[in-house]
Amino acid sequence: MFDTNELVINMGPQHPSTHGVLRVVLRLDGERVIDANVVIGYLHRGIEKLCEYRDWGQIVLITDRMDYIAAASNNLGYCETVEKLMSLEVPPRARYIRTILAELQRIASHCLWLGTHAMDIGAMTVFLYAFRERELILDLFEDYCGARLTYNAMRIGGLPLDIPPRWDAKVRAFCDILDEKVNEYEELLTHNRIWLERTRRVGVISGEEAVAIGLSGPALRGSGVARDIRKDEPYAAYADFEFDVPLGSDGDTYDRYLVRLEEFRQSTRIIRQALDGLPEGPIIGKVPRLIKPPAGETYHAIESPKGELGYFIVSDGKSNVPYRFRVRPPSFCNLQALPRLVKGHLVADVVALIGSIDIVLGEVDR
Amino acid sequence: MAEPTRIAPPAGPPDPPPPADLPPPDFIRAIEDRFPGAVQKLSYWVGDWTIVLDAGRLVDVATYLRDAPGALFTFCSDVTASDWPPRPKRFDVVYSLYSIPLRHRVRLKVQAGDGDAVPTVTRVWPSANWLEREVFDLFGIVFAGHPDLRRILMPDDWQGHPQRKDYPLEGPGELLIEDPVEWLKLRQADIE
Repeated sequence: MFDTNELVINMGPQHPSTHGVLRVVLRLDGERVIDANVVIGYLHRGIEKLCEYRDWGQIVLITDRMDYIAAASNNLGYCETVEKLMSLEVPPRARYIRTILAELQRIASHCLWLGTHAMDIGAMTVFLYAFRERELILDLFEDYCGARLTYNAMRIGGLPLDIPPRWDAKVRAFCDILDEKVNEYEELLTHNRIWLERTRRVGVISGEEAVAIGLSGPALRGSGVARDIRKDEPYAAYADFEFDVPLGSDGDTYDRYLVRLEEFRQSTRIIRQALDGLPEGPIIGKVPRLIKPPAGETYHAIESPKGELGYFIVSDGKSNVPYRFRVRPPSFCNLQALPRLVKGHLVADVVALIGSIDIVLGEVDR
Repeated sequence: MAEPTRIAPPAGPPDPPPPADLPPPDFIRAIEDRFPGAVQKLSYWVGDWTIVLDAGRLVDVATYLRDAPGALFTFCSDVTASDWPPRPKRFDVVYSLYSIPLRHRVRLKVQAGDGDAVPTVTRVWPSANWLEREVFDLFGIVFAGHPDLRRILMPDDWQGHPQRKDYPLEGPGELLIEDPVEWLKLRQADIE
C-alpha cells in the first residue's frame, strides 16, 4: 500500500530519454527512488515465433531488426550459430571482413550510446559530434552493402559481397579520424566537473553482484569483471588479433563510460590489424544450396556492443525452417539490473543509468 | 514467404548421446556421483554438453554447479524453453550456463508437462528472474517460488501463450474481443 510520503511516477513509454519504448514506474520519496518497476514489451514483434516460419537464409534479414543500432553483430551471431550447427567452415577472408564489420558496428553503436547518454545528462554538443562519426561509418556500410541501418550483410557460410575497391583505404582513413575524435570526446567529458558529478558513484554495482544479476558487456566490465567473449571464446578472426579489454574498477556510471570510450580505441586497433592482414580467397564457404542443418541444437554467443548476444537454435533436421529460434538479448538481461541500480538515487540518475546500461528496445522486446 | 515444409512434428529434441570415445567433463561425473538419479540423460552435439535433469533435483544441481570448484558456473546466460507437442511432457526448459573463472559452458534441460511447475533458479542465479518470466509469459510454464511471476513481453491481460506450437502465428483472431462495446463491458465488470 501507499505510504503518504511516496509518489508513484510513470516514466512512460513515450519519453525522450528512455531510448525507445520503455516504461519505468518509479516509486519516489521526494526525488529519491525507492523502487522502479520496469515494464517492457511495447516493441514485442514476436521475432522468435516468426523465425519458426522463415527460411534459414531469410532469418538473417530479421536478425537485423533486433538490435538495429548494431545490425551486423546480430547477423554475425546468427550466421555463426548456424555454421556451428552445420559444422561449416568459413574462409579466412570472410572471417577477417566479418571482424572488420563487427568492430565498425561496435564503434557505431558506441557513438550512438555516447551521443544519447551525454545528451540525456545534458551535454548536447557531444550528441552532434558522436553522430558525425556514426555517419562516416554508415557511409562505409552503404559503400559495402548498400544499406545504412539494416545491412543483411552476412550469409551462412561467409559474406555475400567482397569489399568494394578502395574501401579498405576509406576504413583506414576513418580509423585515423576516429582516433582524433575520441580524444575530442575525452576532452569534452572525461575531466568535466559536471560530468564527474553526474556519473561518479551513480549506480555502483560490484563485480559479483553484476555477474549474479546477469550483466554482460561493457556494463559488466565497468565493475572490473574480465569477461569478453572475443577473448574468452574467440569467434570470427579475433584470435588472430592483439587487443586489450578495458576494465573499470568502481562499477559506477563513470567507469562504464570510460570502458566504452577505451573500446573505441581498441576497435580501431583491431580494424587496422585486420586490414593489414586481410587474406585473399573466397568470401563464402562450401554451403549447400538448400540450408538444412542436421537435427540438433546449440547455443552460441558473440560479444555484441551491448554484451553477450546468444542464439539458441534447434533444428529438427528435416524442415527448411528452424524448430526453435531463441535470441538471448544482452539488453534484456542488462535491463534487469536497472531496479537494483537506481535504488536510492535521484530521478535524474535514472536517466543516466538507463543510458549507462545501453539498451536497445528492439533487442529487449524482440 | 517461405512455406515451412509440411512434415510430422518431431517427437522430441534430438539430444544425441556423447560419442563413446569422449569422456564427460569431471564436473558432470561429480554430479552423477553426488546426485544419483538426477541425471536422466547426457548429450553432446557440436561441442556442447547438455545434461537432462530431473525437475525435482534442479535447484540442488544448480547450486552445486554454481559453487563447486570444478564447475563454478556463476553466470546464467539464458533460460528458455522449447515446445515438443507430441511428447507427454511437452516442454523442455533449457538453462545455458557459463563459468567466468573457468571459461566453460554447459546446458541443463528439464522436462515439464503442461501445467507442471518447475522450481525456480532465481535464488541460485538472480539473472534468471526476467528470463523465467519470459518463459512463463510465452509458454505458460509456472516457476514455483519465483518472486514476481507475471507477464513481461505480452500485455498483462493477454490470454494464451504465444510461443507454444499450437498458438497461431497470426494471433488469436476470434479470441480477441473485436467489439469495443464488449471490451468496455468487461472493464466495467472489473472496476465494479
